[in-house]
Amino acid sequence: MSSHSTLDVHPLYGIMAEFATAGELVAAARKTHEAGFRKFDAYTPVPLHELDDAMDLHDNRVSLFTLIGAILGGSGGFTLASWISAKALPLNIGGRPLISIPMFIPVTFECTILIAGLTAAISMIMLNGLPLPYHPVFNVERFGAASKSKFFLCIETDDPKFDHAATVKFLESLNPEEVAEVAR
Amino acid sequence: MSQPVELPSEIKVGNVIDEGHSLASVSDKIAGIVLKRKTTFGWIVGLLISFAVLQSLMAAATMLFVKGVGVWGINIPVGWGFAIVNFVWWIGIGHAGTLISAILLLLNQSWRNAINRFAEAMTLFAVMCAGMFPVLHTGRPWLAYWLLPYPNTMDLWPQMRSPLLWDVFAVSTYLTISAVFWFVGLIPDLATLRDTSKKRWQQVLFGALALGWRSSARHWQRYEKASLLLAGLATPLVVSVHTVVSFDFAVSMIPGWHTTIFPPYFVAGAIYSGFGMVLTLMIPVRKFYGLEDIITMRHLNNMAKVTLATGMIVSYGYALEAFFGYYSGDMYEKYMILNRMTGPYAPFYWCLILCNMITPQFLWSKKIRTNPLILWIISIIVNIGMWLERFVIVVTSLHRDFLPSSWSMYWPTVWDWATYIGTIGLFMTLIFLFVRVLPIITIFELRMLLPGARVKEPVAR
Repeated sequence: MSSHSTLDVHPLYGIMAEFATAGELVAAARKTHEAGFRKFDAYTPVPLHELDDAMDLHDNRVSLFTLIGAILGGSGGFTLASWISAKALPLNIGGRPLISIPMFIPVTFECTILIAGLTAAISMIMLNGLPLPYHPVFNVERFGAASKSKFFLCIETDDPKFDHAATVKFLESLNPEEVAEVAR
Repeated sequence: MSQPVELPSEIKVGNVIDEGHSLASVSDKIAGIVLKRKTTFGWIVGLLISFAVLQSLMAAATMLFVKGVGVWGINIPVGWGFAIVNFVWWIGIGHAGTLISAILLLLNQSWRNAINRFAEAMTLFAVMCAGMFPVLHTGRPWLAYWLLPYPNTMDLWPQMRSPLLWDVFAVSTYLTISAVFWFVGLIPDLATLRDTSKKRWQQVLFGALALGWRSSARHWQRYEKASLLLAGLATPLVVSVHTVVSFDFAVSMIPGWHTTIFPPYFVAGAIYSGFGMVLTLMIPVRKFYGLEDIITMRHLNNMAKVTLATGMIVSYGYALEAFFGYYSGDMYEKYMILNRMTGPYAPFYWCLILCNMITPQFLWSKKIRTNPLILWIISIIVNIGMWLERFVIVVTSLHRDFLPSSWSMYWPTVWDWATYIGTIGLFMTLIFLFVRVLPIITIFELRMLLPGARVKEPVAR
């Protein structure tokens, strides 16, 4: 709990608090946000929708990119089908129209889904900054439990409001099980 | 943290997860199957048998490449034999996985969380087996890339109005999106494996596969959005795939194929056979891995109910097919249905009725729905019934052509059987490898079912 290292000796990434329950984490995240901290993150073994509200998270870019992907995929699929049938290899079969829209629907539809689905997954991974081979939070020994049963909150040194002693004190006031320093 | 699971009292068949589990205990249990459990003798024997069966695909494919499609039983008029029967069968099996992972997610059916990963893996492997058949059926699989639209020196392009080309787009999209959805679902679980493992090489391997996932709330928010979007996209996709497969038949002019009922009837049949296969695989897995507390009676009961419901839709399809033939006033249509019921392939037809119309009726009884052994036997019968259905649809419509002079019979050769049985070997080999190296149950979604994942803020604001 008590800290012996200083900022000069060990470059510090942040201060991390560990909580036993989801409720305590959400309450802590809400208070941290209200205290004016912005560069902090909560770590939880299950997605908690309450955190979106507590931490003021509303990043809708995944949806936006997926919509763009769907539009591009759909128009691309239709253009491909039309271009092949009318331009690249036109086949006049009994005078039927070269651009026969109903027959192009399956290809258009599948291309829409394909590009939209790939965009959804790739944009989620990229916006999350993954793949990331190294991250300081893993320097905390007990952090492995974040993917199993424990809840963590880390305030980063990059936050303008960050002050070593005051932040430790603030986190300790949130009723954590443990507070630890995160080496960079 | 081991409070009892709160569930509505009207559920009598049992809970979605047994009482007494906590966030840590489910994580350790499922991760332990991968990390701690010793490779058992039974698993090695199972894998070896599956791998041996897979070799018959190798032999059959080699024979096919050397001699050509003449080694199969196909002829004129029956140009579509086992290759199409098995293609439709396998792809249908895959559909239950997407239904469980996507449609039940959108419908908020949290019981699916325990069976979702396994069913999705089954989808992926079944689509791989399915894809094998059209490629082999081309006879020159090394030229299979001709199916794709790409600029070439022959200045040729695929026919965008052909259902067979739609199949190329539908099946390849289905395989890609299923794989992506499956991998996205795996990321948090791979992180759990990384953090649970004590061995360095496992930590590095699972860590690399987990892409450095660190359970961040900011990540979860985007993750949940992407999962929901993928589910929303996969839902119409799965319906479209079997619709396009049914177009292979329905867009043609062959009696017995040229009907508007085909798309919904095929989709229902796909889900029916898929749930049959999920039950066939899940019942032994839950027994051998001691997962009765996580894949509970409630799951078996629910899956049996879906099987019954879709079985009834399929039965309705059979009844309507017969009625259409009779009511059409068309000589060929009338003869087709009469030939199906009384012609040379009549035993296949009546077996199919027995398997798909009569057998599912047993599932009205809750006693049977909650008896794993009987349920397992019924699920095998369902699989056989759906295979017979595709055989009857493909063969009986083709073998009596419009001109009696071209009538013929179709019987599969030993190479047809070797190819088919070989793909079952491929499927089982992949399933055996999957249950050994990856968590067979979505751990983080299982955690979501537990009281520990529910937020009760201690201090009121």
